[in-house]
Amino acid sequence: MAMLEVKDLEVYYGMIQAIKGISFTVNEGEVIALIGANGAGKTTILQTITGMIPAKRGSILFDGVEITKVAGHKIVPMGMAHVPEGRRVFSQLSVLDNLKLGAYCRKDKNEVEETLEKVYQRFPRLKERRKQIAGTLSGGEQQMLAMGRALMSKPRLILMDEPSMGLSPIFVSEIFDIVREISESGTTVLLVEQNAKKALAIADRAYVLETGNIVLEGAADVLLNDESVKKAYLGE
Amino acid sequence: MGFLSYLISGISLGSVYAIIALGYTMVYGIAKMLNFAHGDVIMIGGYAVFTAVSVAGMPPGIGILVAVVVCTALGVVIEKIAYKPLRGTSPLAVLITAIGVSYFLQNAALLIFGSGAKSFTSVVNVPPLKLAGGALTISGETMVTIAACIVIVIGLSCFVKFTKSGKAMLAVSEDRQAAQLMGINVNGTIALTFAIGSALAAIAGVLLCSAYPNLTPYTGSMPGIKAFTAAVFGGIGSIPGAMIGGILLGVIENLSKAYISSQLSDAIVFAVLIVVLLVKPTGILGKKVSEKV
Repeated sequence: MAMLEVKDLEVYYGMIQAIKGISFTVNEGEVIALIGANGAGKTTILQTITGMIPAKRGSILFDGVEITKVAGHKIVPMGMAHVPEGRRVFSQLSVLDNLKLGAYCRKDKNEVEETLEKVYQRFPRLKERRKQIAGTLSGGEQQMLAMGRALMSKPRLILMDEPSMGLSPIFVSEIFDIVREISESGTTVLLVEQNAKKALAIADRAYVLETGNIVLEGAADVLLNDESVKKAYLGE
Repeated sequence: MGFLSYLISGISLGSVYAIIALGYTMVYGIAKMLNFAHGDVIMIGGYAVFTAVSVAGMPPGIGILVAVVVCTALGVVIEKIAYKPLRGTSPLAVLITAIGVSYFLQNAALLIFGSGAKSFTSVVNVPPLKLAGGALTISGETMVTIAACIVIVIGLSCFVKFTKSGKAMLAVSEDRQAAQLMGINVNGTIALTFAIGSALAAIAGVLLCSAYPNLTPYTGSMPGIKAFTAAVFGGIGSIPGAMIGGILLGVIENLSKAYISSQLSDAIVFAVLIVVLLVKPTGILGKKVSEKV
């Protein structure tokens, strides 16, 4: 059974159909990339999965459980975390408070401390700056904070929306290394990226989106060598 | 001694404004709406105490409790019935609804209690304090009001800073969607905010009616508007701002009444507000909000 299964999903913004009946699956342990141009619907798909936007038709199953109509705040405790586009850290709260909010739903208080230590190990810079107000961090640090905050809920599946957007090249490589580490530590990853080359390099499989439809899918290394993908998304 | 006495009663009046302003400011900060019915919840609080103590003969402590329970429930119900269905629609629709709720409460009180003023028996049983050989008298109501304001501001600040629900409020206030992604129940948090704001309105109602024992269905309306002014004055969304704004407003109002003109005092209060907003549009403690692109 797939960990996440999206079936015939349709999403509308008012009268405009943003997602036109797409289906895809994410299996446990995989890194799945959704790639495509601006406006293809990548962010909309993630937002629909975590209940930020309602689906018009279709279904979303997480561990075989229907979550299409589940209230957004009830999805996190099921084991899914979402690192939103644009990071969306709580800019007026401290780094530590942001991380603690990531563990908002957890009841196992003692183990939260353990998770916090792990997050600090992965992002030593967050530990150094734990008392700093999040809004004063650089873009790359905020991205790390957004990822750390998501990891605080101890998710089994993590959705990441454009983690490399707007970052300097050094940070971009670092972020992709971290995504790979997160995957290697046993968390399943659904990654939305405009940086198709880097995303395909770390993904197992990928789906290519165009204006609300999936136009291509397959193993990441196959897509990396696909002529149409190369031409449209890899700039070769 | 005259000045000192005017100043102290100004601080006391301002403390009532501050307690009301806290409700405005919290609801604005978290639900992003101006609840113009807030002032009328105060009036309902006044009638609740009046009914419990003067009509049913309950002890004042129980009467205050009744008012707090009634107003808290009322606040939550108003939010659920009138505001929640409009979440995500135009802010103007919510604003107009709030004004509608305000008229509804006033007219409901008119229907139930009639238009005649009820004379309210003070529920504060603290003896007045005589200072400087009797030249300066501070009434029990004044002392209790100022003390209540200080306790409420400190309590609320600690709640927001140190408790999980308080942190959730801050998160919802800054970014509702991101808060939801943390697993925070946004609707629940907004309802809690209304509950706290309305409980404070009940306390404000008790204090207001104890100091100015003339209860009509319109009792809450002017203090409500002034407290809103105080919240903007201090920086809307800020808890200490609401206190500073409220107290300044009360002091300015009282001193203008004493030294300039009692008829012009409201005009002076609002003129000061206009000047403050011209110089510092976000209010005294207001944060500069940078719009995210």
